[in-house]
Amino acid sequence: MFYCIEKIYQRGWNMRYAEAGYNLEIDLATGNIEKVETDPKLMELHLGGLGTDVKIHYDRVPPETQAFDPENLLIFSAGLLCGTPTFSANRMLVSTISPQTGLLCYPMAGGFWASELKYAGYDKVIMRNKSPKLVYIYINNDKVELRDAAHLKGKGALEVQDLIREELNEPDAQVSAIGLAGENRCFGASIEQSKSSASRGGAGAVMGDKNVKAIAVRGTKDIYLANGPEFMKQLKILADWIDHRNHNPLPNKNIMTIHTGVGSPQAMKIVDEKWHTQGFAWGNSRRRRKTFWNDEIEKQWTEVQTKALRRFISCFNCPQQCGALITHEDTPRYMAKCFSKLSYMFAAEIDEQGFNWEILEPAFQYGFDSFSTPQVLAMGVELRKDGIFTDEDWEGCPTDIAGTFFWLLDKMARREGRVGDLLADGCYGACRRLGLPEGKYDHNNIKKHEQMCVKLGMMDPLYYLMYATNEKVSITQMEGNWPQEPFREMADREEFVKDWPHLPDDRFKKWFLDWEPRGEFANPFYPTKEISAELVDWMEMLHNIDDALGICCGMGSFCLKPAYHIHNYTKFINAATGLNLDEDGLRKAVNRSRNLHRALQNRRGLRRKDEVPPKDHWKHRFPEYEYELLSYYYNFKGWNMDAIPTRKRLEELDLGYVADDLEKRGILKDDPDLIYVPNDNVSREESSIYLQDGQSDFYIPDDHVSRKEG
Amino acid sequence: MAKIKKKIRTIKINADLCNGCRTCEVVCSAGHATPRFSSNNPARARIHVITHRLENIFLPVFAGENTPAQCMGREKYVIDGKEYDECSFCKASCSARGRFIEPDSGLPLRCDMCEGEEQPLCVEWCLNKVLTLEEREEEVEEEVKLGEMELGLQLLVDKHGLEKLVDTIARMSQKS
Repeated sequence: MFYCIEKIYQRGWNMRYAEAGYNLEIDLATGNIEKVETDPKLMELHLGGLGTDVKIHYDRVPPETQAFDPENLLIFSAGLLCGTPTFSANRMLVSTISPQTGLLCYPMAGGFWASELKYAGYDKVIMRNKSPKLVYIYINNDKVELRDAAHLKGKGALEVQDLIREELNEPDAQVSAIGLAGENRCFGASIEQSKSSASRGGAGAVMGDKNVKAIAVRGTKDIYLANGPEFMKQLKILADWIDHRNHNPLPNKNIMTIHTGVGSPQAMKIVDEKWHTQGFAWGNSRRRRKTFWNDEIEKQWTEVQTKALRRFISCFNCPQQCGALITHEDTPRYMAKCFSKLSYMFAAEIDEQGFNWEILEPAFQYGFDSFSTPQVLAMGVELRKDGIFTDEDWEGCPTDIAGTFFWLLDKMARREGRVGDLLADGCYGACRRLGLPEGKYDHNNIKKHEQMCVKLGMMDPLYYLMYATNEKVSITQMEGNWPQEPFREMADREEFVKDWPHLPDDRFKKWFLDWEPRGEFANPFYPTKEISAELVDWMEMLHNIDDALGICCGMGSFCLKPAYHIHNYTKFINAATGLNLDEDGLRKAVNRSRNLHRALQNRRGLRRKDEVPPKDHWKHRFPEYEYELLSYYYNFKGWNMDAIPTRKRLEELDLGYVADDLEKRGILKDDPDLIYVPNDNVSREESSIYLQDGQSDFYIPDDHVSRKEG
Repeated sequence: MAKIKKKIRTIKINADLCNGCRTCEVVCSAGHATPRFSSNNPARARIHVITHRLENIFLPVFAGENTPAQCMGREKYVIDGKEYDECSFCKASCSARGRFIEPDSGLPLRCDMCEGEEQPLCVEWCLNKVLTLEEREEEVEEEVKLGEMELGLQLLVDKHGLEKLVDTIARMSQKS
């Protein structure tokens, strides 16, 4: 099979800065490939990356479309600043309708692919329909081919990257690929690229469904900067800050050691895992082990980790070293990063770190998400214990837990037997197919998606809002610029706020100084609902800026005192693109994309009833206060009480056409019941309502019962 | 010819520290763009990080002289158990591979050590200190510096031979 570009659509001669100015449109069913020039206005409105992806999905994918329908688009996108010299602007963002949640998902990976796509002359690869045969796409500047991949079927997501480079005789090609999990449409399937994975939401399954094994890119074109000298001046200031932070990590008295630097959490470099091992939940996110970490464990783990890590490595144009080449004993080599170091151990409740290094290799080759997959396997073990999986289902499974996990992983990747096929649909999907009550085994989900294995004591208003509402449907990388806990001593707080230029304004410093571990100024009622709304909106906005620009959140939104922040993004955007954005302009552009994103999810059915953190996430819950907290936040965002942007909000953001659309579809209604009425006398009583089986999915006060029924 | 003192620049490459990020390629190509920093494109860089991640090979190599012909024989190196490809350590732009060749013109690229700058851009921007600049003075024969046109003609001479070039110029001047 061999297809190449059919048509080039060009609008005339336009000098484009930072962006390539073209998308590749591929119809996989017919093999038609077109190079289409994009509208420069879209950059002003939505920047790029996630922002422009959302616009395409909103305009082109009907809300009835499901993940495995041919109409579902699969978009591989490079952020606006990818390919420019912007440090750490290397994110490949994959957006599609998730088979797991039914909502738009947008997993991201670092690596080298996104920049290479820009150098090949494209900002996005937009795929529609399905290929009749397994293919891989080869983009070499203006030459684009769909090539037969029958001989690559079943190959590992890492090994196939080298096989394709060899086959093309192009050592500099960058390849993103799926493994068996993607080919078999497992809901937790990732897309692997170099050391990185686009994992969350099952985009790998959509790629497999479309019969695309991999996309290889080689590019040798220029990316232009509108004001190069000014851009490099700003980059120099940034480089000095990174260098400074690399030599001066934050004190770890109040902050976990892995979060003291810039970059992704340094789980590869740092051995001390007291915080993760004792703070996170083991098994199927069931139990904390509050006395796990001791000298003996630290000694063992230091030895194993030091031996396993051969070299620290980075993504494209990033000075940090968040990933590592792993050479653990006889396990074939692979690359790893971040929390994947622990996730399978936690799920299997195995204390030897070697197990995790061993199972990660097949997991990456199959192409599985390292967050969801371990929990699915742990849930499989629970289902077996409770007799839901029978002796017949379990035939051939080793008796030890490590062996069980390897066996289950393999079954799942192949969708083999009843066990493999059910678990391949994820926790939520498997439990529904088994007819089990929602939340009994699939208890750690939000919007049908497995969450980080965290179970804590006191409800935290910031995390409540982020869990409930964030676009990623996954908290794992939504937190960031604000410390996770208050500092005990005032002197430490005062020291911390001294050098904190990242904050939007000085009110934020006061909020941090006032925040206490216990008492009136502590969780759950402080930060107050007003402060919580500002903090969450600010942090999540940063993530959305990073995701539009293609910057690694480890250097911006997911990091304390990072390289990028609200006061310097515009300097890079303006010097790179020639736009003249100020901070308000940037906020408006990102809020425009975020509200379009919300409207897209609303159109797909998302409502307040879905915005529910797991019932057992915190032990101490305050249902009435939580309800008021979320209501206040919706109103702060310009959304009605059913989590839908109001016409006023949409029009402020030049999205009047979206309001028209939502009204026409009967989604946005002029209903006085949906207007926020502040309730400052809300009960602050604690209730264990969420911990009892059979309770409603989310708390609704009595005076709002009609809304529930409606 | 008279002897003169010349500063010799050497870049020391500590490949063990390299994390394979290729910032050196990005800034090199941006610094050599016209106007300076107006664009970037690693394919135009005069440094390339040869990378085989799973083999633990991260090797920054600078562009050297152009060679009109490929080597007759080639070598593979095994160092510390890592096998380096035949052309890994070679600086030449050469027809055996696409490295250090201008993507548009096909002309060879050569590292100029960012002469005139305090230090080469790749050295300046490598935060992991993989590249360090060492300078020493040496006495060398005074070299007649070729102008831009002479350099261009020299390339044509190398490619087609002096006689053919002279003939062509003579023919062209008659036509005009």
